[in-house]
Amino acid sequence: MIDFQLDVRSGVAPYVQLVQQVRHALRLGMLSVGDQLPTVKEVVASLAINPNTVLKAYRELEHEGLVTARQGVGTFVTRSLVDDSLPAHEPLRQELLQWFAKAYKAGLDAENIEALFRTTFRTALGAKR
Amino acid sequence: MTSVLRADGLTKHYGRHPGLVEADLDIPAGRVVGLVGPNGAGKSTLLGLTSGLIEPTSGTIEVLGSRPAASGSQLARVGFVAQDTPVYAGLSVGDHLRLGARLNQRWDEQLARRRIAQVGLDLSQKAGRLSGGQRAQLALTIAAAKRPELLIFDEPVAALDPLARRQFLQHLMEFVSELEVTVILSSHLLGDLERVCDHLVLLASARVQLAGEVDDLLSTHYRIVGSRDDVAHLPPGFDVISAEHRGRQSTLVVRRTDTTPIPRSFANAERLDLEEMVLAYLTRATDPSGAASHHSPALETLR
Repeated sequence: MIDFQLDVRSGVAPYVQLVQQVRHALRLGMLSVGDQLPTVKEVVASLAINPNTVLKAYRELEHEGLVTARQGVGTFVTRSLVDDSLPAHEPLRQELLQWFAKAYKAGLDAENIEALFRTTFRTALGAKR
Repeated sequence: MTSVLRADGLTKHYGRHPGLVEADLDIPAGRVVGLVGPNGAGKSTLLGLTSGLIEPTSGTIEVLGSRPAASGSQLARVGFVAQDTPVYAGLSVGDHLRLGARLNQRWDEQLARRRIAQVGLDLSQKAGRLSGGQRAQLALTIAAAKRPELLIFDEPVAALDPLARRQFLQHLMEFVSELEVTVILSSHLLGDLERVCDHLVLLASARVQLAGEVDDLLSTHYRIVGSRDDVAHLPPGFDVISAEHRGRQSTLVVRRTDTTPIPRSFANAERLDLEEMVLAYLTRATDPSGAASHHSPALETLR
């Protein structure tokens, strides 16, 4: 099951945020084929958002062929986005955790860590392109 | 697409004082509309005109295809909850439900009972003894059990604490997902409505400053930073909403009016969130000497 979060300060349309979170979960194997997405009512109740936003997100995911809606039953995952890199995820995650622990030990606070991580992430990504 | 509300040159004057000036609006059905603006901007006037409590001075307004409050059946299709969610202090919660059932042709007793139980209200309790949050829930229940096609709330959450605010909006959104209803909510704070509205109407100084689908608005507004020279030569297809100059550097909020891609020289163009966008329009509305003086789109073209 996926737990949606909403960041209204991000400037990203709320429905896009929901779509991205599902794709993210599909990519990381946290959602797999056959899994059910929360019902529109459940998302509305947990996030206090507009049901139209959830419907729009689910329609978009359906359009991309990632999920399918079964009338009266719910919305189910039909395709996974996991690729061959998945086995490498866990060791990389462990290394990243160690790095965070190290940064914390060195006296960086959460904001410092995030800033350092983000700028390095962008530079590294830019270099690769 | 069917319109729930259509206004054309809608104007209301209170003596010499303008309440609302030349409003053109077209709101599609099924939306949750956030009506936002500072105090005194004209929000209550627009809601009064929509519900038929106020007559326009000039211009026209159509709600669900006819003049507001034109007939008994039209009244039955619109629910209106005035500011501070008023209830009858001397009547019990149960009395309110009985009253609702007697006064409304399409009253949904089952919905009303279920909701009252869900929010934990006691039928025998006098409404005057309810907390602000409970009162708002009672007013919401009665307005929804009337089964209107359009539900209007004037500043429903202004007097509520953050928790009651969230609970109110949560229950309102559950109604929206259950019933086919268009909702218009006003607030002087965008933050109250940001999570729930998918259509925005921004009022300031008695005029509509901005109106449209939230997703469209988010995808057409940008902040760009550049040298004064760069920003002075913006290509056509961009309207400047606000401009700030510091030294040789300028920061603009622009709206893309066609599909022209953003020029390369503005590679740093950033999306805005709804609040930043609203602030840019409010700044312009209150300071006509700002962006409007050197790069002025007529307000009319922005609606």
